[in-house]
Amino acid sequence: MADASKDRVLSGVHFMLGNYAAVEGALSAGCTFFAGYPITPANEISERMSQRLPRLGGAFVQGEDELASIYACAGASLAGAKAMTATASAGYNYMQEGLGYCYTIEAPVVVLDVQRARGENFASQADVMQMRWGASGDFEAIVVCPSSVQELYDYTIWAFNLAEEYRNPVIIMSETTIALMRERLDIPPADQIAVVNRRYTALPPEQYLPFKADRFGCPDAAPLGEGYHTIYSLNPHDEKGSIDWDPDEFDRLYKRVCGKIYENRHKICRTEPYLLDDAEYALVAYGSEARVAKEAARLAREEGIKVGVLKLCNVWPVPVEPILEVCKHVGKVFTVEMNMGKYCVEVERIAGGKCETGRITKNRGQVHTPAEILSALREGIR
Amino acid sequence: MSQAKINPLRQYVRWFDGREKLPHFFCSGCGAGQVLNYYIQALDKLGMDPNRMMHIGGVGCTARIPVYISTDMMHGVHGRTLAWATGIKLAKPELPVVVFAGDGDLASIGGNHFIHAARRNLDVTVVCVNNLNFAMTGGQVAPTTPLKAHTMTTPYGNAEPRFDLVELAIASGATHVERWTTSRHAQCAAAMQRALTHKGFSLIEIISQCPTHYGRYALRTGDPVKLMEWIDSQTVTQKQAEGMSAEELDGKLVLGEFLRVERPVFAGTTFA
Repeated sequence: MADASKDRVLSGVHFMLGNYAAVEGALSAGCTFFAGYPITPANEISERMSQRLPRLGGAFVQGEDELASIYACAGASLAGAKAMTATASAGYNYMQEGLGYCYTIEAPVVVLDVQRARGENFASQADVMQMRWGASGDFEAIVVCPSSVQELYDYTIWAFNLAEEYRNPVIIMSETTIALMRERLDIPPADQIAVVNRRYTALPPEQYLPFKADRFGCPDAAPLGEGYHTIYSLNPHDEKGSIDWDPDEFDRLYKRVCGKIYENRHKICRTEPYLLDDAEYALVAYGSEARVAKEAARLAREEGIKVGVLKLCNVWPVPVEPILEVCKHVGKVFTVEMNMGKYCVEVERIAGGKCETGRITKNRGQVHTPAEILSALREGIR
Repeated sequence: MSQAKINPLRQYVRWFDGREKLPHFFCSGCGAGQVLNYYIQALDKLGMDPNRMMHIGGVGCTARIPVYISTDMMHGVHGRTLAWATGIKLAKPELPVVVFAGDGDLASIGGNHFIHAARRNLDVTVVCVNNLNFAMTGGQVAPTTPLKAHTMTTPYGNAEPRFDLVELAIASGATHVERWTTSRHAQCAAAMQRALTHKGFSLIEIISQCPTHYGRYALRTGDPVKLMEWIDSQTVTQKQAEGMSAEELDGKLVLGEFLRVERPVFAGTTFA
């Protein structure tokens, strides 16, 4: 395996395409397996992976469809690889089934979805709810939402680390906007990149229970083919991995699989406040919209409207406390998003009457312009 | 105290809580239990330890077979067995992977993965228990159900011609293909041994009786022995088939080893 870190981590300053930056982030995080099916605007990811991974001793396969790709990732992940797939909205639909399996058997995989308008490659954030509950069954998603080429790199590393830490699929919610944008990218030296690897059990097979963990904990993994004889089944299973239909086992399994994410949200969630200290109004935004929201806040302040922005670095699990904190300190919170109004429902739920709420939404295949946000803001505070 | 004689093959049976994961959940007279038995015999003859292997079942009756084997196993999603196997073989090529799939799992919902895994010559063994219908869901028509047969979703007779899985596998690029019936235990076990030692994509199709559903709906009997006799009447060996006309062979399934060739196996894109 020719895994010299200088080949794997392209330290230095680049002017790079967003999709390529995600590939570099994955490789920096230790990705060794990629499977994907062609779809625009995510193609540059599999193209670059097909070029980069084999030279690093990893494996690349173009699946016969999205289902093959996500399930190949599940298999590779159980076999010890750090596995990733990438797709765009329509392809992400197909992957829900495989994601459901990964959530249940607690297989770490990273799925990058370049959101696009239905059937066309226009900008959109309309899949934000699908990211959370696209698959059937009970689980909690971790969804990170980069807003720039640099963040596509940084958040992809973060996504791999979260996936390994919590043994959960992690979704990188990309968008046409940033995926096809070229920007400055700083890649740090390899030894300055924090990488989380899977925790394997120290127990011998006769003592190992594959799904045993604390109430909201994540079980230690076991290597395949080394006598641990584990059943990785989508079916309800007890901590031994035995398919089990006891109501108490259902209860324990689903409370733990959901709880290991939701109850650990303080460790998982990241938000970035911008000009919020003296703000009378706040914009809550994620992904590329967060960048525009910041510019709108600057423009508003020139007019004397004291606006700040809470940028959500991840939308799921919901960063409840940071959003609530903002709601307590401003008169009105506006959710800015590129869809007909989805995440705003979550923000309004958290606000719970502590402040007024408003929606600045748009689904026209374009990111908001700062002027549009500003004008909606003026309207909303009149 | 006299020592009870224990079947040595029971060493391969999965244990939970200090107890064997038996009895199995297959209906009495079902062929899946026989296939489990033949497969364990094949492992034993080869001295292969299932604990050092990966077994995969999708969804359906056949998918449950590895639940009773002491092994790592993926289970519970319909039709994606070979997609899982692709990821495992690329990430850990030295790990032997065996897929147990019913005809619905392999040829209906998993048909696309089946032909592409065969085309790539993925180094896996696929044991397909073909009971001619969707049994776990209650006896619906499958792509392998004979023409005109009555099932729960073909009350007026099956209007569709069926897949020949052997021809499909060969045309797709598989490198080892055999078909047998549950009544031919020695041939089944020998075929599985050949498959387990074959480097490349092996399909072992085993035509099996389903007394609970296909037997009762299509053949008006739930008697497993009568059903095995019916299967025997519908199948001919390659040698028997040689002397038969196309009319005589119509509706029959030919049994035997059809193909065993060496071809490079799929290892993903490699950089040399």
